[in-house]
Amino acid sequence: MNSLRSSFSNLPNALETVAAWFLALFWIAPLVYAFWAAFHPSQYAVHFDIFAPLTLDNLREALSRAPFLRYAFNTFILVTTILFAQLVLCTLAAYAFARYRFFGSNIAFALVLVQLMITPEILIVENYGTLARFDLIDTILGIGLPYMASAFGIFLLRQAFKSTPKELEEAARLEGCGVFGVLWRVYVPLARPTYIAYALVSVSHHWNNFLWPLVVTNSVETRPLTVGLGIFGAPESGVDWSIISAATLMSVAPLLIAFLLFQKQFVQSFMHAGIK
Amino acid sequence: MSRNIMRHVYGWLLLTPAAILLIAFTHYPTVATVIDSLFSKGSAIRPSRFVGLANYAMLVDDPIFWKVLTNNAWFALGTIPTSILLAIAMALLVNRAIPGRSLVRMAYFTPTILPMIAVANIWLFFYTPDIGLIDQAAGWFGFDGHNWLGDPATVLPAIIVMTIWKEAGFFMIFYLAALQNVPPELEEAARLEGSTRWYYFRRVLFPLLMPTTLFVMINAVLNSFKLVDHLFVLTKGGPDNASNLLLYYIFESAFSYFDTNYAATLTVILLGLLAVMALMQFYVLDKRVHYR
Amino acid sequence: MLNKLKILFLTVAVTIGLVTAPMAGAETELNMYYPVAVGGPLTKIVDSMVADFMKENPDIKVNAIYAGNYNDARIKAFAALQSGKPAQLSVMFSIDIYELIEQDAIIAFDDVVETPEEKAWLNSFYPTLMENGRTAGKTWGIPFQRSTIVMYYNKDAFKAAGLDPDQPPATWQELVAAGQKLTKDDGSQWGVMIPSTGYPYWMFGALTMQNGQVLMNDAGNETYFDSPAVIEALQFWLDLGTKHKIMPAGTIEWGTLRQNFLEGKTAIMWHSTGNLTIVKEKAAFDFGVAMLPASKRRGTPTGGGNFYIFKKTSAAERKAAMRLIKFMTSPERSAEWSMKTGYMGISPAAYETSKLKAYVKDFPYAAVARDQLKYATAELSTYQTGRIRKALDDAIQAALTGAKSPEDALKEAQSLSERLLRPYQ
Repeated sequence: MNSLRSSFSNLPNALETVAAWFLALFWIAPLVYAFWAAFHPSQYAVHFDIFAPLTLDNLREALSRAPFLRYAFNTFILVTTILFAQLVLCTLAAYAFARYRFFGSNIAFALVLVQLMITPEILIVENYGTLARFDLIDTILGIGLPYMASAFGIFLLRQAFKSTPKELEEAARLEGCGVFGVLWRVYVPLARPTYIAYALVSVSHHWNNFLWPLVVTNSVETRPLTVGLGIFGAPESGVDWSIISAATLMSVAPLLIAFLLFQKQFVQSFMHAGIK
Repeated sequence: MSRNIMRHVYGWLLLTPAAILLIAFTHYPTVATVIDSLFSKGSAIRPSRFVGLANYAMLVDDPIFWKVLTNNAWFALGTIPTSILLAIAMALLVNRAIPGRSLVRMAYFTPTILPMIAVANIWLFFYTPDIGLIDQAAGWFGFDGHNWLGDPATVLPAIIVMTIWKEAGFFMIFYLAALQNVPPELEEAARLEGSTRWYYFRRVLFPLLMPTTLFVMINAVLNSFKLVDHLFVLTKGGPDNASNLLLYYIFESAFSYFDTNYAATLTVILLGLLAVMALMQFYVLDKRVHYR
Repeated sequence: MLNKLKILFLTVAVTIGLVTAPMAGAETELNMYYPVAVGGPLTKIVDSMVADFMKENPDIKVNAIYAGNYNDARIKAFAALQSGKPAQLSVMFSIDIYELIEQDAIIAFDDVVETPEEKAWLNSFYPTLMENGRTAGKTWGIPFQRSTIVMYYNKDAFKAAGLDPDQPPATWQELVAAGQKLTKDDGSQWGVMIPSTGYPYWMFGALTMQNGQVLMNDAGNETYFDSPAVIEALQFWLDLGTKHKIMPAGTIEWGTLRQNFLEGKTAIMWHSTGNLTIVKEKAAFDFGVAMLPASKRRGTPTGGGNFYIFKKTSAAERKAAMRLIKFMTSPERSAEWSMKTGYMGISPAAYETSKLKAYVKDFPYAAVARDQLKYATAELSTYQTGRIRKALDDAIQAALTGAKSPEDALKEAQSLSERLLRPYQ
């Protein structure tokens, strides 16, 4: 990657390495602590004895107090539904903006970009009212609906579609493809990196969303992990660090594991999304 | 001729599904919020009625509103410059071929993957007085503990530190991407001219990173208004509103006090602030950005 | 291609809809929200009690939904009312009563009971506990998880400090004196901790009652935050930390208080009796429980949650809800609940059950809350209760952190309260 780079000194000096590592250790410490507290009995939450016994009891207790598996399932359904809808809706809209110069498209695009700033949580009271009117309170669909038309997605895909060479479209049309044929055969495959990048960003964002799902969901069948964790740790019931750490780890586990396995892709995705 | 018309028709048809949702959850609520702010709070025994700017008058008289606004300002000022500087530093460090680079990068980026509510749970324990980690560590070094979250003077800084921990890694990624787009010839040229690394950074790199900085700042400002998840677990806005933030106050007004109209008034203020931020960033900063 | 996509999308959407749609049944179905505000596996206990009820009443299906804390439960219940899946009854804060009435959300139990036996049932609970559930001559809430504040103290720490472990402080002066002996110079042990986050107004209600002053009137439209006795009480609370130095200065966190007590960071803590069972299980030292100390008299607010029945219910649902409530508040169930949590038995009959009688005999601290009832008063409850409570909370925290003097803080809270309550007078 940097083979041509002849920088001020080819090898980073010791100071830089030490600084980087020191900061890294400091940075990862809180998470390491959460692991420590979750897997050791509560007496050791505050006392760091290297030889303290490991235990799965905290996880078991947390699981028995709140249905984290169900919450995980709900979250999974939620992010998948949102992503699927976003892929469809944003593709169509981006295609319109990229390839069709239609009346009012500039104003429309500007209005779309408004959502980059004014996200659904900001208008939480009104949006809640809208959901109530359509009887969508306490449904997973209700959580996802405001996010399904994503300005960010439209923006990214429009960029990607715009950079597709026109010749490919013409070739496809010559073969007899209609509007959707061109979209499906030419634009979508070429924008694959953008799709993957966007998918990872979207999934991470919605997996971790809290305020809106808190307000929309009432029951266990719809509650996602973040809300489940939020009310589990409701301080009134008095905190038991080991159990709360166990619950916290369970909530972040799926995304964290996915991240650790696909680290490179995650980082590339966020980078890719950012450059645009 | 019909080709032209079809172009418009197709364009709008493709846009329609997304447009419906965007209008329903962004544009319509914005307008509705402004209208709602002009009515009084309704209940079963006293229905809501048009009161013009009365809610805004109440807002101006509300000490909690002003406190919340100041808190948001401090919160933004505390988190944004620091996280950006840290992010640049991290990107620079990770961009070098240091041993264990990908582990270091992972360490910096991982907090971003965690939901704020989990971050708050973890840090709650750090900040707990006496038995919490920070106070314990302070004890080893002979310092006194402190009630970080219970002291109005330290609660905002405590929350700011926690937020920087979460956000810096996220911004680092964007700087990494930008750094990798910097042609190595620039660095070589600077070296040949005999400039120091600091000079190179200040006069060449940093200006080149301006577009990224602009992007990151917009993101950071937006986040500073949206990020209130941690309040549910840490302080609920206390003590005495020392850590209360605008969006949390909106939530409280609407869902705890059932005063959706006052919440709408507060939201209008929030929308106004966001609009001003957006304009400011685009017009003022745009002039100072170097595009290649 | 697009048709296939559309079909796929529709299928996914419909499946999601079905997965999340409620199931209809031939029996009466009740949705009930409930909060948890004390430690312990309370959700499991509630679930098992509800399961027992359903076994005895196979024609009623109950969905007991844990909602978070009291604030969350109220929000959720209201949200449910406005949605297509309303709740028929809920356990909510006893002090939500005025808000619920103003939103026209609940019905009075007087309108639901029919037989003379049921009417008598309304009067079978401790009268002090009914105070927060009654207004305008009607009963709107039935006690379920009720408490008073009690004083937990570390007997081992008392002995180590040369105090008699069987004579806990009975007055404010004794509390200060004991606290001074118990507070260690190196800060490893404090004399007393009274929490000032979470529900500071509740703790404050105890101090003011002990000083002989109630905080509001029966009709819920007047408050007395700036009366001299109240200002004195706040000054005393502040002095504990700043003048007598037996308590950490600043605010004390509700959620970590129990842990602090169990770790020996404080020798005395004021907390809900609802924490009794979990303290009993986890304490590694000998501990005692006593009534709160007196100033001019003993005093404590009652606390906790009541059962409410919502207005948007059918006659069949109301009858079913009544059966559930009668079951959950029956003497045997109340006794079981009390033993498993520490919440008080809600009726004299509960304490007459053999189980609870034996338990109290073996563990007399379980009766402290009940015995303290004769000094107890209703918890702070008025119209616009959320805002007014917050005003008082803010005032308390402002005083304790030194931002305002107790007098200034309370006068400010009182003037805000008067402004908010004027339309109701």
